[in-house]
Amino acid sequence: MTTSDDVVVKAVGLKRLYPITKGILFKKKIGEVRAVDGVDLQLLRGETLALVGESGCGKSTTGRLLMGLEPADGGSISVLGDDLAELNSRQMRAKRRDIQMILQDPYTSLNPRMNVATIVGEPFAIHPEALAGRSRSEAVRELMDRVGLDPSMVNRYPHQFSGGQRQRIGVARALALRPQIIVADEPVSALDVSVQAQVMNLLLDLQQEMGLSYVFVSHDLAVVRQIADRISVMYLGRIVETGEAGSVYAAPAHPYTSALLSAAPIPDPAAQAERERIKLSGELPDPADPPSGCRFRTRCWKAQELCAREEPDLVALSPSHSVACHFPETPDDAN
Amino acid sequence: MSDLQVEAQSAQAAGPESRTVAADAWYQLRRNWVFWVSIVLIVGISAIVLFPGLFASEDATTSLTGGCQLEDSLEGPGDKFLLGADQQGCDVYSLSIYSARTSVTVGLLTAIGTTLIGSLLGLLAGFYGGKSDSILSGVTSVFLGLPFVLGAVVLLSSIDLPGVWGVVLALTLLSWATAFRLVRAKTMEAKGQDYTLAARALGAKDLRIMFRHILPNAIGPSIVVAVISLGVFIGAEATLSYLGLGIQPPDTSWGVMISEAQNAFFTAPWVLMVPAGFLTVTVLAFILLGETVSDALDPKLRK
Repeated sequence: MTTSDDVVVKAVGLKRLYPITKGILFKKKIGEVRAVDGVDLQLLRGETLALVGESGCGKSTTGRLLMGLEPADGGSISVLGDDLAELNSRQMRAKRRDIQMILQDPYTSLNPRMNVATIVGEPFAIHPEALAGRSRSEAVRELMDRVGLDPSMVNRYPHQFSGGQRQRIGVARALALRPQIIVADEPVSALDVSVQAQVMNLLLDLQQEMGLSYVFVSHDLAVVRQIADRISVMYLGRIVETGEAGSVYAAPAHPYTSALLSAAPIPDPAAQAERERIKLSGELPDPADPPSGCRFRTRCWKAQELCAREEPDLVALSPSHSVACHFPETPDDAN
Repeated sequence: MSDLQVEAQSAQAAGPESRTVAADAWYQLRRNWVFWVSIVLIVGISAIVLFPGLFASEDATTSLTGGCQLEDSLEGPGDKFLLGADQQGCDVYSLSIYSARTSVTVGLLTAIGTTLIGSLLGLLAGFYGGKSDSILSGVTSVFLGLPFVLGAVVLLSSIDLPGVWGVVLALTLLSWATAFRLVRAKTMEAKGQDYTLAARALGAKDLRIMFRHILPNAIGPSIVVAVISLGVFIGAEATLSYLGLGIQPPDTSWGVMISEAQNAFFTAPWVLMVPAGFLTVTVLAFILLGETVSDALDPKLRK
């Protein structure tokens, strides 16, 4: 169905472990947090893959691993056909022209001591070949215009802009090198709802114009619904369900996905009052000491003895929808 | 300063929108009277340091050419001596003028030296962390815990480097730890910020991240401390000179003058007050300059 040309990012068995250490001068490892523990994902050209899950589930770490900002402790990532682990530092720098990042907090992601011309121009300072004959100020003005900012404001500092404008500056910086792939780590969760919509529309327009592929990390299912083609739901470092957005929203198969969806508000008061809310009990288990078997079983209302014994694999329900659960929800359950 | 003016002029030519950081800071500074007061004082002090002959006669500071007569010992301020005479009968005013060079040199060089060494090591330790950071931080704890005078005495009596350079070396070695701590802490803070992550995602190398992104956000407090400690260093030089380890006569400094004045303070206070006054005004001028400039360079505080 999909040729390998269409896959722009492919991750297999991705792992990231953070050691828990004790002692100051002589560090002793006393355990590890399994932030990302065996994640597989594929991003196709021009599509948006949303990674959703609650805080601490490893979705942001996955984004950073894809960017090569942290070393993976296991598994492999290939971006446009090249295995990141096999690139030397010069090749990695060149690779960054293809994959860029938009960060969550526009208040900390822009250096307060640099004006906008310097911030948006920095990609060109690092990769002068990306200018392609233009002058840097010309290129910066083009980018400002493209993200909907007045190019005459290039000499202002980040604190002189609103949150939405700042996030546009972050988008301009990410676009400067004309990447094919953008990892957006909660790009709108720090913004007001009205501003969120503007930035989301900007991201959608840019995707259409430039054929971008997005990995969209978010905890907000209402936002994800606007942009995602496919959704992967993460829980405690693992993907528990993945599939076409329409299919996941209409018929969530994993109990955790159902719970997440039932927590997202519906903009129709009648439907909102009518539907059944699934309340998850308990906290996210300690990722340094995950439960045996299925990781969700401690909070699952369907858990049985099998769930504690055996970890469920991702099993395809349909060609475009997989779930890792011993007792997946059927469409009948959901209604 | 002339650089700032040049940038400001070119910025005005290009219109108000295209200001650089320096030009922006200059725009704010030139409307601040505190800045001008400190500039006038520092220009005056610099003139004294560079051309003491314009303000006083060297003859009046030495007995070699007959300028100082013992019969004038502790003569009060008046017609013969504008601000009085010291025990040797030398003119206190002239002596203070000719002492400025040594004192300001020691203060400036030590302030620059401590800031350079402390900031550079602090930046590296904070950025790379790990074992070298643990070791460097341990070393600074030793330096911070060392009794200052004792350390300087041991250093100066074991190295054979008399005069200004010995004092500067000793003071720098004993004082860089403060700048190290400040810059290291700010570096660790800036290193965890998202803008550093963004630079990394763009493919920036360590040097660019350290010097373009982190240092500008980490250096502020240590510059202010450097300017303020300039006065402390001038005072520390006085302590060492008093112990016979700093500036040696016939060279003179404000510190030497202050320590020599202590015996006669009650009968002839001017011998102490005049060099102390010069010292105070100098330190104040640098502190005022340091604070106004650091405020102006911080875009967040800009109106």
